[in-house]
Amino acid sequence: MSGAMQTVLAPPAGPARRAVRDPLVAGLVGLCLAVAVGLLVARPAPYLVNALGQLAAFAILAVSLDLVWGYLGILSLGHGLFFAIGGYVCAMHLLSHGVAVTGVLPDFVQFMGWKSLPAYWAGLDHPAYALVLALALAGLVAFLFGLASFRSRVNGVYFSIISQALVYVAMLLMYRNDTGLGGNNGMTGFPLLFGWPMGSPGVATGLAVAALVALAAVLAGTRLLVGSAVGRRMLACRDDETRLRTLGYSTTRLKLGIWCLSAMIAALAGILYVPQVGIINPRVLAPDLSIEIAVWVAIGGLGRLGGAVIGAVLVNGLKFWLSAAMPEAWPFILSGLVLVVVLALPNGLLDLVALRPRPTWLRSSR
Amino acid sequence: MTGLVIEALTVAFGRFTALDGVSLAVDPGEVRAVIGPNGAGKTTLLDVISGITKPVSGRVMLGDRIDLTTRSEAEIARAGVRRKFQKPSVFPALTVRENLEIGCGPAVPAGARPARIASVLGEIGLGPRADIMAGRLSHGEKQWLEIGMVLAAEPALLLLDEPVAGLSDAETAQTAALIRALRRPDRAILVIEHDMNFVEAVADRVTVLHEGRTLYEGSLRGARSDARVIEVFLGR
Repeated sequence: MSGAMQTVLAPPAGPARRAVRDPLVAGLVGLCLAVAVGLLVARPAPYLVNALGQLAAFAILAVSLDLVWGYLGILSLGHGLFFAIGGYVCAMHLLSHGVAVTGVLPDFVQFMGWKSLPAYWAGLDHPAYALVLALALAGLVAFLFGLASFRSRVNGVYFSIISQALVYVAMLLMYRNDTGLGGNNGMTGFPLLFGWPMGSPGVATGLAVAALVALAAVLAGTRLLVGSAVGRRMLACRDDETRLRTLGYSTTRLKLGIWCLSAMIAALAGILYVPQVGIINPRVLAPDLSIEIAVWVAIGGLGRLGGAVIGAVLVNGLKFWLSAAMPEAWPFILSGLVLVVVLALPNGLLDLVALRPRPTWLRSSR
Repeated sequence: MTGLVIEALTVAFGRFTALDGVSLAVDPGEVRAVIGPNGAGKTTLLDVISGITKPVSGRVMLGDRIDLTTRSEAEIARAGVRRKFQKPSVFPALTVRENLEIGCGPAVPAGARPARIASVLGEIGLGPRADIMAGRLSHGEKQWLEIGMVLAAEPALLLLDEPVAGLSDAETAQTAALIRALRRPDRAILVIEHDMNFVEAVADRVTVLHEGRTLYEGSLRGARSDARVIEVFLGR
């Protein structure tokens, strides 16, 4: 593998500064909760509420990737798959719930000429069942893929490429109209959420608050994990897996466990995202979207949970603004950001905060 | 008593035979040095014992019961085998103390670890550096930390791959003293080393490998006067 590729893909090894306390994560948890309270009290404009809620969902997705990439050295370029599993199951719940209350079948079901929802949708109008199913399904897919890969010791770029292929295959599958999942149009037109009309301001606020609280909980939980003995083994596995194995640890089990956890966190992000945008379609499984998640993490600061949040919020905040203001410039701006980070800030924007005198690539003895 | 018995071990990479029917027995309490020119198969031998490479044929018995060639790296480690790699392999993003904690292995209960870590820190002389990141250590300190990591589990079989590579003379002498102090009646130690003075200082017996075969086994003095050994290795 080329040296440059290695540099881009490799998490920051070497003498990482790993503080016992993480004021950035603590601050972000506080900020999420404060913004959530602010939304409940101040009731700002609906588009702002919605944007904040979507950003929180993206931040959760970025944290899920940072957990496996930054702390375990496993770069997934297919995390959109787990996000989509959460999103699709959530959409199925919303439509089932709508059918149960209004009796009107969703458009795509009528379009297919079916008289009822497909049989495997049974029970999805119960929110608890839908939640458990979404997380369990993401965990199961991650488990099977992870087991096959980690047992045969598929690592590094090979794993990344296979994960990318997996999300692509899933996209092709979901483009089929006969799967009963909306086909290429996806699923939309969700009428109700827990019996409340979808478009009402209260629902938008509730969804945004839920996403912010979930982000705070995910950040706090993952921070506890990476600060624990398991977290130390993750860093050890990232930097020298053979060394860790020959000290008596089963790295397959460690990687599989964290990989499945990461997939379930990504699914949670998808669950929170879909009701806020009101649609899910196979585009969410496009390979470039999965790559973009890695870009958020790299821009914010790989291997630091706060960095993933900052990257996701910054890139998507810019995207919300610029893709409306000057849509044709957005791909160039994103590419430019990536180049700046790779060349000047190899540990992401958090390098700026740390005020390091010189970027690491000038010091490294390659 | 858990010595190490290697029987007719053959390892091939494609058409290249790295080890060709090597047999070797290390008694408990013994320090054995394996020497030989580059490409003789020394590191491959350690790779097979620690489970990283699987042989074509032959057995590696730890004690009477466990054939290591059928076990995974982690299982072999849990059976009491520890290996120090040629390139110092410590975890750079963890502190010295955290490295040693992981070195204790999953079998040692958390409550027993602090005492074990404190004693190892004393043995390897890194007490004052216990809370700095291992990535910041000097090369010699990394070598000692890795020796400490493999010691923390109190292994029955210790494999040391060039433990004094890149060390100064003073550090080499210190390391030799440390390894002599590790000798115990219930522990077998296998050292690979090029530095003959170091081998003389630590080893009870030597095995000379050449092109995947055992050329000589016995005392270092005997090796130095053996015509074949002189020809392929010492007489260069």
